[in-house]
Amino acid sequence: MAKKDVISIRDFSKKEIEDMLKLAEKIDSMAEEKRLKLLAGKKLATLFFEPSTRTRLSFESAMQGLGGSVIGFADANTSSTQKGESLKDTVRTVEKYCDVIAMRHSLEGAARAAAESVSIPVINGGDGANQHPTQTFLDMYTILKLKKKIDGLVIGFAGDLKFGRTVHSLALALSHFNVKLYFISPDSLKMPQEFLDEIKERGTNYIETENLAETIPELDILYATRIQKERFYDLAEYERVRGFYRINKKLMESAKPELKVMHPLPRIDEIDYELDNTPYAVYFEQLANGIPVRQALLCRVLGVL
Amino acid sequence: MAEEKVVKMAVTALKEGTVIDHVPAGQVFKVVDVMNLYEYKKALRIGMYLDSKTYGKKDILKIEDRYLTQDEANMIALIAPNATINIIKDWKVAKKIQVSVPDVVTGLRCGNPRCITRYDKIKTVFSVLDKKTLKVRCHYCEHVFGKEEVI
Ligand SMILES: [Zn+2]
Repeated sequence: MAKKDVISIRDFSKKEIEDMLKLAEKIDSMAEEKRLKLLAGKKLATLFFEPSTRTRLSFESAMQGLGGSVIGFADANTSSTQKGESLKDTVRTVEKYCDVIAMRHSLEGAARAAAESVSIPVINGGDGANQHPTQTFLDMYTILKLKKKIDGLVIGFAGDLKFGRTVHSLALALSHFNVKLYFISPDSLKMPQEFLDEIKERGTNYIETENLAETIPELDILYATRIQKERFYDLAEYERVRGFYRINKKLMESAKPELKVMHPLPRIDEIDYELDNTPYAVYFEQLANGIPVRQALLCRVLGVL
Repeated sequence: MAEEKVVKMAVTALKEGTVIDHVPAGQVFKVVDVMNLYEYKKALRIGMYLDSKTYGKKDILKIEDRYLTQDEANMIALIAPNATINIIKDWKVAKKIQVSVPDVVTGLRCGNPRCITRYDKIKTVFSVLDKKTLKVRCHYCEHVFGKEEVI
């Protein structure tokens, strides 16, 4: 049997996504004592060629919560890659010391290339602007947990849809289901056509708009992303766009009472702090869901559960 | 047959090797490129903007002492989907190779400067998404390219 990796959301069918979400639910509600035995004696290597404290800690915490242990490095400066070692050689060395690898790399396709070089499972914790599948699974899990279903939902994505890989992957995952999608962004940060084509091919309806305020009443979920200053040549345009996508209590006046606002974090100032203590805000809960989801992925690739 | 005669005069006949005919006009160097023939130390005969009954103008490439494989022919399919490829032995056509756009192409350079294949020694792999428009997706970085971006 081929080994299991978690490299790209494109590798997962609807059924496999659903199964993974069910497994996350099961682990989430499992007694700690039982959970701590699941991966006892197993070792995870976290190879962060590009630093991301948040993602790395989530993987490490997930593994420890399953009774496993963790080795690894937090950035490429402390690893042999700085001495010019190829990615292939690095992962082939590490494979001797562990049972599973979770990695992040700034180059796109790095996780796939690593997975093809070793015989143990590899989980992609982000490869440049390409994929970040564990984020996608935790986003899906958050939606399912909050709404008890995915079919029938109206989901809006707001902010930087051009460069936001979390948006691209989540939209692809959602397009397996019967959902309606709104892509809300300034013209300069629109969803790339190739993703729209892929979503459409799966028969998913979507609407592109610049107007967040007008779209708000339609939504069950609003998925906001950072708008990064460095993406703009024109700072005046940045200021205009930033003001336009400010999510605050006033904007929520026209929202459905059950609307939930998600964000992959960290935020800049897209979401006003005043929203944090309202029932709309679920981004911290979303973050916490990373643990059971990464635990489910670790168990699945290691053939446990 | 008139067309063939013109070709034979423009680009001399071949004793042993491969003739790639009906390459879109002006594209023959892309074929030379994907087949990595710049280092080839034997005769290449190139004709450009020759008259063609079917296509108006066309290019042609004759490669001495080299027999194209089906895989190589399929690589050429991306540039010249209507190419006719003849293997020549002792002045005669010994075999015709049908060009068909494959499901997977390898060896082309990925057009994404942030792709791992541009840094580590990894053979590129692209899946062909659309055989008509020749859109391909890199197996590694997952970017989608038109054929002009990878060839
Ligand atoms: Zn690539």
